[in-house]
Amino acid sequence: MRTNSNQNLPVLNHIFKTALVFLVFTFAAFAQDTAEASADLGGDPTAGKQLFNQNCAACHALNRKMTGPALANVETRLSEDEGLDKEWLYAWIKNSAGMIASGDAYANKIYNEYNKAAMTAFPTLSNADIDNILAYTAAPPPAPVAAAAATEAQVVVAESGIADELILAILALVLAVLVIMLFTVQRTLKRFAQLSGVEIKEEKPARTPIWKAFIQNQFLMFVSVVVLLLMSAYYAYAYMMQVGIDQGYAPVQPIHYSHKIHAGDNKIECTYCHSSARVSKHSGIPSLNVCMNCHKSIYEYKGNPEGPSKEDLANGYTNEFYTNEIKKLYKAVGWDEETQSYTGEAQPVEWVRIHNLPDFAYFNHSQHYSVAGVECQTCHGPVEEMEIMYQYSPLTMGWCINCHRETNVALTDNPYYEKIHEALSKKYGVEELTAAQMGGLECGKCHY
Amino acid sequence: MKSTLPYIVALSLVLTLTSCFDKNKPNFQYMPNMYESVGYETYQESDLFPQGTAAMLPADNTIPRGWMPYEFDNTIEGKEGARAQESPLSADQAAENLSKGKELYDVYCAICHGAKGDGQGHLVKREKILGVPSYADQGRNITVGSTYHTIYYGLNSMGSYAAQLSSEEEIWQISEYVMKLKTDLTK
Repeated sequence: MRTNSNQNLPVLNHIFKTALVFLVFTFAAFAQDTAEASADLGGDPTAGKQLFNQNCAACHALNRKMTGPALANVETRLSEDEGLDKEWLYAWIKNSAGMIASGDAYANKIYNEYNKAAMTAFPTLSNADIDNILAYTAAPPPAPVAAAAATEAQVVVAESGIADELILAILALVLAVLVIMLFTVQRTLKRFAQLSGVEIKEEKPARTPIWKAFIQNQFLMFVSVVVLLLMSAYYAYAYMMQVGIDQGYAPVQPIHYSHKIHAGDNKIECTYCHSSARVSKHSGIPSLNVCMNCHKSIYEYKGNPEGPSKEDLANGYTNEFYTNEIKKLYKAVGWDEETQSYTGEAQPVEWVRIHNLPDFAYFNHSQHYSVAGVECQTCHGPVEEMEIMYQYSPLTMGWCINCHRETNVALTDNPYYEKIHEALSKKYGVEELTAAQMGGLECGKCHY
Repeated sequence: MKSTLPYIVALSLVLTLTSCFDKNKPNFQYMPNMYESVGYETYQESDLFPQGTAAMLPADNTIPRGWMPYEFDNTIEGKEGARAQESPLSADQAAENLSKGKELYDVYCAICHGAKGDGQGHLVKREKILGVPSYADQGRNITVGSTYHTIYYGLNSMGSYAAQLSSEEEIWQISEYVMKLKTDLTK
């Protein structure tokens, strides 16, 4: 879309007016807290925060170098250090490439300082918008009361915990009192009986001990020996059958990577990282540049707004813990946070492989994921809920074959199987073929 | 004393058996030489390679299958050059390409750029990654060629996605789908 400047002016004017009205309103709303701070800056930091997050935050942070410089107090810094006024900032934000081309000294300096990363032009931002953004960078509005709310919530949780314990203690006390009362009642009853001359008989005839009776009974001995033998055979069989099966195997990984946070909370698709599952035999472990797609921007773990859950805290999974794991990634990939660049000193992360088929069995991920359309979770279980990844399925041959017998061949959008499916379904006289009927039980399909 | 002996034996037997089930260690195998591969497994550590890593970049001056050398550099000039490039995919299969492009876009791009391309992906909504632009942003004026360039090399905070996509064709399919999202947004 192209607009010439004549058309642009009334629009700008209009934006100015609406922005002014907006400002007046927001000032009224935030009169108590922020008006004093922002009035002399000529912008609304709350609106500025929204604009900043939408337009600037991809490359700029307030107190941290990213692709571009840190922007806290950028206006005062520029006017004090470089003698540049707001007009310079307006011009720079709207068309930075033009300023560089025109030979502006500071524009070229900053451009070269940041590896010649061109800043996108923002012609759509009005001067009022930029004022708002600058107001935000000068005085970011205080973080919403989420933090306070979180601590409050914790206090409440703690209180409810105390209440639970209190109730239990009271219950235990009441029970103990009851028991004591029972005993005293019995004792007084006995005393009454003695006083009134009633004799309490306590018969104890001589008996053969039960174990002797058991040994003397030969039939019982025979049955129990048989039961014992059967049971030990059962357990021995069960034990030997699980040799070589690693279900539940959850090794400690060099970086604590939480599938729960990535695939569960943040809903990142499995194939985003394990991209080769789409096209190859292996569902590859992502190289670290894939981690850095996001972790270039995400340098600390902030978690949920309500803070870490009780369960996480009990396991030691605090926000600092996760942030520390991100630092391990930076170290391995050789990312220098200060300069926001790669040092070139990378070291491989030695992930421990969990799912491992024996050498004599062949398995292909793309065949199952792309062709058959099997969900990853069918074999790998609820990975999006796993804080620590573990092997969900037994990965035995019986398990494979069972699924092949029960699963119908996916035919929708799958012209590859159309012809053979037609021929075979006629032969077997069924509507839909299972993977087994299509040859999924042939030895040579997996063992060769 | 005599009667407690069987209990102790049974208990120690159970303990020795259960202590074998350590979920941090792989289980025993009957015939390890049939389980463990003689040849190298994917990602296996090997003295042959620098730092022992089998996962390496393709050797210099080789071309991976599905790719051809890209004529534009990872510079601003290169990006401007790429801007004019047209998609080489056949227009006859536009619908097919767009549906494949959507599939890939939803996996690799939508998490930040949003399913509609408005810059409101799940990570942006959760304020994990900020400042993701809308494709309709006039200041960027994206074309199918510049989208390809950006996916291939990355741009600023966005990394290169060439490693996660298996061929040039897939990048073009995504680029075409991005252009469709842009037209839908500016409509």
